[in-house]
Amino acid sequence: MQFLIYRYNPDTDSKPYMQQYTLPEIEPGMMLLDALLKIKASLDDSLSFRRSCGEGVCGSDALNINGRNGLACITPLKSLKEPVEIRPLPGLPVIRDLVVDMTQFYQQYRAVKPYLTVHDPEPEIEYEQTPEQRDRLDGLYECILCACCSTACPSFWWNPDKFRGPAALLQAWRFLADSRDQATAERLQDLTGAYSLFRCHTIMNCVDVCPKGLNPTKAIGNIRKLMLKTQL
Amino acid sequence: MAIAKRKFDSLVIGAGGGGLRAALQLSRAEATVAVVSKVFPTRSHTVAAQGGMNAALANVLPDNWHWHMYDTVKGSDYLGDQDAIEYMCRAASHCVIELEHSGVPFSRLDNGKIYQRPFGGQSQNFGGDQAARTCAAADRTGHAILHALYQQNIRAKTHFFDEYFAVDLLKDDEGYVLGALVLDIETGEPLIIEAKTTLLATGGVGQLFRTNTNARINTGDGMAMALRAGIPVQDMEFFQFHPTGIAGKGMLITEGVRGEGGYLINKDGERFMERYAPHARDLASRDIVSRAIAIEVREGRGCGPRGDHVLLKLDHLGADVIHKRLPGIRETAITFVHVDPVDTPIPVFPTAHYTMGGIPTNRFGQVVAPLGQLVEEPVPGLYAAGECACVSVHGANRLGGNSLLDIIVFGRAAGNHIIGYLQENHYHRPLHADSVDRGMQRLARWDQQGDGESVDNLRMELQREMENHCGVFRTAEVLQDGVVKIKAIEQRLQHARIKDHSKIFNTARIEAMELENMVDLALATVISAQARQESRGAHSRVDFPERDDVHWMKHTLFFKEGYKLDYKPVRTKPLSVDSFPPQKRVY
Repeated sequence: MQFLIYRYNPDTDSKPYMQQYTLPEIEPGMMLLDALLKIKASLDDSLSFRRSCGEGVCGSDALNINGRNGLACITPLKSLKEPVEIRPLPGLPVIRDLVVDMTQFYQQYRAVKPYLTVHDPEPEIEYEQTPEQRDRLDGLYECILCACCSTACPSFWWNPDKFRGPAALLQAWRFLADSRDQATAERLQDLTGAYSLFRCHTIMNCVDVCPKGLNPTKAIGNIRKLMLKTQL
Repeated sequence: MAIAKRKFDSLVIGAGGGGLRAALQLSRAEATVAVVSKVFPTRSHTVAAQGGMNAALANVLPDNWHWHMYDTVKGSDYLGDQDAIEYMCRAASHCVIELEHSGVPFSRLDNGKIYQRPFGGQSQNFGGDQAARTCAAADRTGHAILHALYQQNIRAKTHFFDEYFAVDLLKDDEGYVLGALVLDIETGEPLIIEAKTTLLATGGVGQLFRTNTNARINTGDGMAMALRAGIPVQDMEFFQFHPTGIAGKGMLITEGVRGEGGYLINKDGERFMERYAPHARDLASRDIVSRAIAIEVREGRGCGPRGDHVLLKLDHLGADVIHKRLPGIRETAITFVHVDPVDTPIPVFPTAHYTMGGIPTNRFGQVVAPLGQLVEEPVPGLYAAGECACVSVHGANRLGGNSLLDIIVFGRAAGNHIIGYLQENHYHRPLHADSVDRGMQRLARWDQQGDGESVDNLRMELQREMENHCGVFRTAEVLQDGVVKIKAIEQRLQHARIKDHSKIFNTARIEAMELENMVDLALATVISAQARQESRGAHSRVDFPERDDVHWMKHTLFFKEGYKLDYKPVRTKPLSVDSFPPQKRVY
């Protein structure tokens, strides 16, 4: 199987280039991560990429695969057209090869204060939450921060410093939607202005690429609705 | 060349649940704390824990901490230390409530309380009816806990060194641990982090085995750092094989499937656990279920064209329960074996899962070793928590749902003890240059050019040998052969070379140093296993099929120097209740 992989080592390369690799043997059921590991082990140990759990739960190995963001470990090779073109996630600075600098992405995550905030004294038992209230967190808390969505978003490409991006906004809604959280007003206040929230133009690339099947666009819509409701 | 230096009150190595829980305790106490992790914190392996965390909340069925303690002691096959187990089981409920208050989205019961499911080895009333003790966020409990802890650490302004690889501990001549030499993976530059206390929370070493449920980062880095610093590792022969890894691939399918009512069948469609554990059946402890599966396959009752696995049936639970309580494993089964458990059973086989052994600690998280007169003397300034530590609350076999509990309880306990230590030790002790030099030599070794064996070939061979020589069933002959083979790999590793000598984000170099760590721990495991002539918990010797409490109710200590073994007694005296004396273990 043929692969074309983005290479760039700032130590030695003046500019990035695409390198071709061929793996003669592909076993049935192999994922793209298996192929990358095999290339690194048998052809070229200098190929750098992130990986850890290998089963789509840690979010390390998000890549741009044949033009589309996804996790290498849960992308079956047989679903891919040859030569498989693998590039780093778009829009973020490249550190080396397929490894991108995710600082901006993480800063936007931090900026939405992604933690449960309660002002009342804590009871000695759990906060009560009905199953229906808990259901509202489904489709939100599962985010693995892989950055597939935000780096597929043209609005995030243009304003990565000002627009929070789909991943961070999904988390903003995760806490707004939590019946236990008491910081609704502050959270909404933090998202006012032309950029933080409102740069989303519902292009929906985020929904299209999310490897966990989550829907940031819907979350962003929910935040807007709540904003409107509280202003009325 | 001067190496850059940073100074903190406290250093935490590892950003899984144990490290982050400790860091949170320290940051909230206004200690300066640095968390070093070779991956971004939410990529740590805690994220993959599925089924839940045990605590006797009694939200679903009657329960109390003392029953939980009994189950844990029995589950450990009486090798667990009962003071630490009492401490953990008593602290469990409070620790779950703290997590809930921190934002963990636990699943809920109709009355608004935390959902709890039955898990293996749980009983009411000291061995009576099945209990329901495992607090769950669907089947993504580890993810939910790890993210909440990271989020609260953001709030507490914990200082993170993401993608820094810990190379070696720094020690002075009096044995104080003064921090660590770490490597900034992005720049390839070394950094000294000085700290009055250092907590190792680096997780287990599941990568020792070819088929495992573990992330590729689980290479036992902290345990190996301790070994190189002259500290032993304890009870390494006890390695848990999870009964239900996806056959041939290893992805974890939570015990929660059986907790929700799923069960195992062989090729005749027989629910075979009824023969091995008439009372608890599929919810017997993991060592027992794993051996049962291995026996079924060995005796020709395995499923599939090669008869090499059994089936985990859960379609009878109905689509609603599976969507609501087990969505993650459904996704995993569909992705990796193209099986939708809503209508088709999942092929499973025992898979390397959890390191019961580790760095010996007491219940305050202090690392303890036979340094002078005493068999358990605290190593000043050094702590360990979670899977890399051996408290020992899991003894010879860990119960499902007790590992998330372990990391939270002892991460927090270590944090609390460190706060006390910092109050008595105001100043950093002077750093010794030779301690730094040793770590720098370890780094420089991989700058050697030329031809040599590849790191990846050696890693694969190590994993294969460990699987063949240190698996579910063991004999003297096979273990002896294993020791010879692993020692040979240790020798060959001296001559291994990497080709990539660049600085920036050089993952070849990281993988090479991870392999060094794994080889030390493979030796610890196989040598400890060879010496223990009995069967207890996960350590099953065909040539010594019985548990031998007279000779072997003791902890193994393995030292790197000279592959030396030593032993110390099990702490059978709990803190406040009567001891649970060893009994025949029946489920």
